[in-house]
Amino acid sequence: MSAPYAKLPAWADYGLIPLINLTVAFIVAGLVVLLVGENPLRAAVILVDGALGRGQAIAYTLYYATSFIFTGLAVAVAFHCSLFNIGGEGQAYVGGLGVALACLAFDRVFPWWLTFPIAIAGAAVFGAAWALIPAYLQARRGSHIVITTIMFNFIAASLMVYLLVNVLKPPTLQAPSTRTFLEGGQLPKLNFMIEAMGLSVRSSPFNVSFLLALLAAFLVWVLIWRTRLGYEIRTRGHSPKAARYAGIGEARIIIVTMLISGALAGMMALNPVMGDQNRLQIDFVTGAGFVGIAVALMGRSHPAGIVPAAILFGMLYQGGAELAFEMPGISRDMIVIIQGLVILFAGALEHMFRPSLQTLFATVRPASVGAKAERAGGV
Amino acid sequence: MAHAAIELKGIDKSFGSVHANRNISLTIPAGTIHGIIGENGAGKSTLMSILYGFYQADRGEIFVKGERAAILSSSDAIARGIGMVHQHFMLVHNFTVLENVILGAEGEPLLKTSIAKARSELNRLERDYGLEVDPDAIIEDLPVGLQQRVEILKALYRGAEILILDEPTGVLTPAEADHLFRILLQLKKEGKTIVLITHKLREIMAVTDNVSVMRQGALVATRKTAETTVEELAELMVGRRVLLRVEKSPVSAGDVLLSVRNLTVRDSRGVTMVDGVSFDVRAGEIVGIAGVAGNGQTELLETITGIREAASGSVFLAGRPVAVTGGADPADLRERGMAHVPEDRHHMGLVLPFEENENAILGYHRQKKYLKGPFLDIDAIRQDAREKIEKYDIRPADCRLKTANFSGGNQQKIVLSREMEQDPDVLIVGQPTRGVDVGAIEFIHRRLVEMRDKGKAVLLVSVELDEIRSLSDRILVMFSGRIVGERGPDATEGELGLLMAGVEGKEAAA
Repeated sequence: MSAPYAKLPAWADYGLIPLINLTVAFIVAGLVVLLVGENPLRAAVILVDGALGRGQAIAYTLYYATSFIFTGLAVAVAFHCSLFNIGGEGQAYVGGLGVALACLAFDRVFPWWLTFPIAIAGAAVFGAAWALIPAYLQARRGSHIVITTIMFNFIAASLMVYLLVNVLKPPTLQAPSTRTFLEGGQLPKLNFMIEAMGLSVRSSPFNVSFLLALLAAFLVWVLIWRTRLGYEIRTRGHSPKAARYAGIGEARIIIVTMLISGALAGMMALNPVMGDQNRLQIDFVTGAGFVGIAVALMGRSHPAGIVPAAILFGMLYQGGAELAFEMPGISRDMIVIIQGLVILFAGALEHMFRPSLQTLFATVRPASVGAKAERAGGV
Repeated sequence: MAHAAIELKGIDKSFGSVHANRNISLTIPAGTIHGIIGENGAGKSTLMSILYGFYQADRGEIFVKGERAAILSSSDAIARGIGMVHQHFMLVHNFTVLENVILGAEGEPLLKTSIAKARSELNRLERDYGLEVDPDAIIEDLPVGLQQRVEILKALYRGAEILILDEPTGVLTPAEADHLFRILLQLKKEGKTIVLITHKLREIMAVTDNVSVMRQGALVATRKTAETTVEELAELMVGRRVLLRVEKSPVSAGDVLLSVRNLTVRDSRGVTMVDGVSFDVRAGEIVGIAGVAGNGQTELLETITGIREAASGSVFLAGRPVAVTGGADPADLRERGMAHVPEDRHHMGLVLPFEENENAILGYHRQKKYLKGPFLDIDAIRQDAREKIEKYDIRPADCRLKTANFSGGNQQKIVLSREMEQDPDVLIVGQPTRGVDVGAIEFIHRRLVEMRDKGKAVLLVSVELDEIRSLSDRILVMFSGRIVGERGPDATEGELGLLMAGVEGKEAAA
C-alpha cells in the first residue's frame, strides 16, 4: 500500500543523473569509435576542441544551440500538458515562411530592429497556425497528436517546396529559394560577445536571436510556473481527470498549449533564416525540430535544463562536423550515431540508473533521501 | 505444542529515513486466524511484504513452521506454503477461472494436461472448503466476491498452508463479507493458518483468534480477540482515545438546496449507469447514499458536479437548474456554491506531483485573491495554504511539500480544507474516508457534521456502511443505477445490506 521508497535530493536528480547518463552514452559511443578502428580518446578531444576550442567554434556551437533552445522549449511546453508535439520540424519550417514574408516586405523600408518584431510575430503566427490543425483534431476529434504532427511535417515539406519553386523564387535564381534579404532583413551577429572574452571569431552565424531564445526560455518558465494558464496546463498534463474536476476545459487547454508550442517552434526559423542565410531555403530546419525532443527530454522540460541541453547538442553538431572532417574513419553518419546514443541514454533510458542510485543514497546517506527532500518542480 | 506457523524475530526495515518496521517479533500459532490492524502507514503491508518476499528485512529472522526461512522472493514464500490474496486482485480479466488458477504454475508447454489436473484439484478444493466457482467462467463476468474466491483458490492450488489476506472486505457487500468469513473459518477448521490485515475493527472481532496492533512501524500489542474490545483496539491503534460514534444533534432540515429529478446517465459504451434517480437534499441535513461500489454512485456524483454529461433528467441547485445534459461547467457550479470532495482523491481531487499549496487552489484558481492579473499570486496562495494546514492540522505542515508525500488521511484533509473553506451551500462528498486512518476519520466526520449544523446540504456517498449509518440523517440505497430504498439513520445493517444486494429491488424510490 503505502510503501515509501527512497527519493533523491534535487542536485542528484537534476545534476548527477544526467551526468551519469551522458557519461555512459559517451562510453558506448567510444566503443563504436573503437569498432571502426579509430582512437576514441582522440575523437573525444577533437569533438570537444571542435565545439569549444576556439572563438569561432564557440560561436557555431551557440548558433546551433539557439535553434535547439526554441524547439526544445516548444516540445517542453507541450509535454507539460502531456502532449507529444513531434511536429516541431514542420512548424519551424512553416515559421520560416512567416519570417521570410516579413523580411521580404519590410527589408527595404525598415532597419533590422523594426523588421525583427514583425518577423518574430510572423514566425510565431505561422508556426502556431501549423500546430492548430493537429491541436484541433486532438481536442475535438481525439486524433492522436503524435500521428497528426508527424504527417504535418511531411505536408509542410511539400508545401514549402511548392511555394519556393513556384511562388517565392525570383525568376533569375537557379536554386529554390527567395531572394537575399537586404540589410533591413538581416539580424546583427553577436561575435563581439565572444570577442569580448578575448577570443577571435572570423565569421560566424551566431546572431541576436540567441538572446531572444534566452528570453523565450525565461518567459516559458514564467508561463508554466507563474501564470494561471501554466497552472491549468500542468494540471491537465498530470491528470486530465483533475482538470475536468477543476473546470479546466480540455479542448481549450490543448489548443492553447499547442499554439504556444507551435509558435516557439516557428520562432526557431528566425535563427537560420534571418540570422544566417538571409533568405528562405529548402530544408533549412535540418532536423532541429527532432533534436528539440531530445533537448526537452534531457532538460526535463524545464527551461533551466533545456538551455544547457541545447548547448550540449550544439556542441555535438559543431564538434561532430569537425570530427567528421578530421578523422577519415568517422563519417557524418557516425556523428548521428553518437547523437542517437545521447538521446537514447539521456532520453529514453533516463531512469535506468535511478533505482540503483536511490539504493546507493539510501545506504550511504539515509537522511538525504527522506520525504522532506522532495519538492515539486516549482523552484 | 507444535511449531508456530510463523514466527518473526526482530524484523526491522527502513526505506531511506522512513522506519517502516521497528524490531517486530510476532508468533502466529498454526491453525488460527490472526488479525493485524493498524492505521495506514503503520507498517502492516510492509511486514506482510517481507513475509511474502517482496522486500527483505534489514534485520531479523523469519521462521516458518519452526524452520528458519530466507524468503527472497514470492516463489520462496509459495514454496514454504505461504499464499497471499492481494487487496487489488491479480487476475487476468479475459481468462477463465481455470486459466487464472494455473497461471504461473502451468508446469508444461501444453495446457491440456495441466488444465485437466487443475480441474480435478479445483473440484477437491471446492468439496473440502465450500469454495464453489464455475471453473470455466470468465473472470470479468464474475462478481467481485467470486473473483476474490478465485484468488483464494489460486493460493490453495499452490499448496498454501498459510494464507495472508490484505484488506479482503473492502470491495464486498456485507453478505459477501459474511460468506468470506465462513470460508475462512472452514479453512481454519481444515488446519490452515490465516493472517487477516484490515482496518475494520468489526471484522477483527468477528473472525480472529488473536489480534496484533501496529502503530508507527512498531507492534504495540497482541491480544486474544475474546479478551479485548473494539474501544481498546482503536485506542491502541491511534495511541489515544477515539470517538467511534459521531455525536450529532437532531436534524433540523430547511429548504431544498439540491434537487435531482429522473437523472439518467450512460457511460461511453452506452450502458445505463444511473437510471431515473430522483432525490432532494435540504439545508442542514446529511443524505447518505449507500451501495456496493460500482452501482452508479460514481456516475451520479460526477453528473451532479458537472464533470459528466447526463442522458436525461434535471438537477437544481438552490432552485436554479444545472445544465447536466450538456454545458454544465464545474467551475461555474463552484461559483454557485457547490463544493465537491471527489471519490478519486488521487486522480481527480488532487494532482499528486503538485506542491501542497498548488493543490489547495485546484478548481478555485480563478479567484481574484489567488491571482495578480494573469499571474499566480504565489505569496497569497502559500499564505492561504498555510492557514488551511494549521486549521485542519495537516501534517507535515509544509505547504511546499509534494502532495504525493502526504499520507492518505492528510491528502484527504487537503481536499476537505479546500472545499469546506470556500463556505459552500451544498457539499458533495464521495468516499471521504477511503484509505484514511482512524484518527483522521474521526476528524473528517466531525467536520462533515459541523457543515450540516451550519445549515449546509451534504450529500454523502460511501461504501462504508458504518459511515453512512453514523453520519446520515436519511439513507438512500443505490443498486444497479437505481435508488432502491430510503431508510432512516436507525436502519439495521442487515436491512441495508439486503437492499444493497438488490434483494428488495422492487421497492419504489422515495
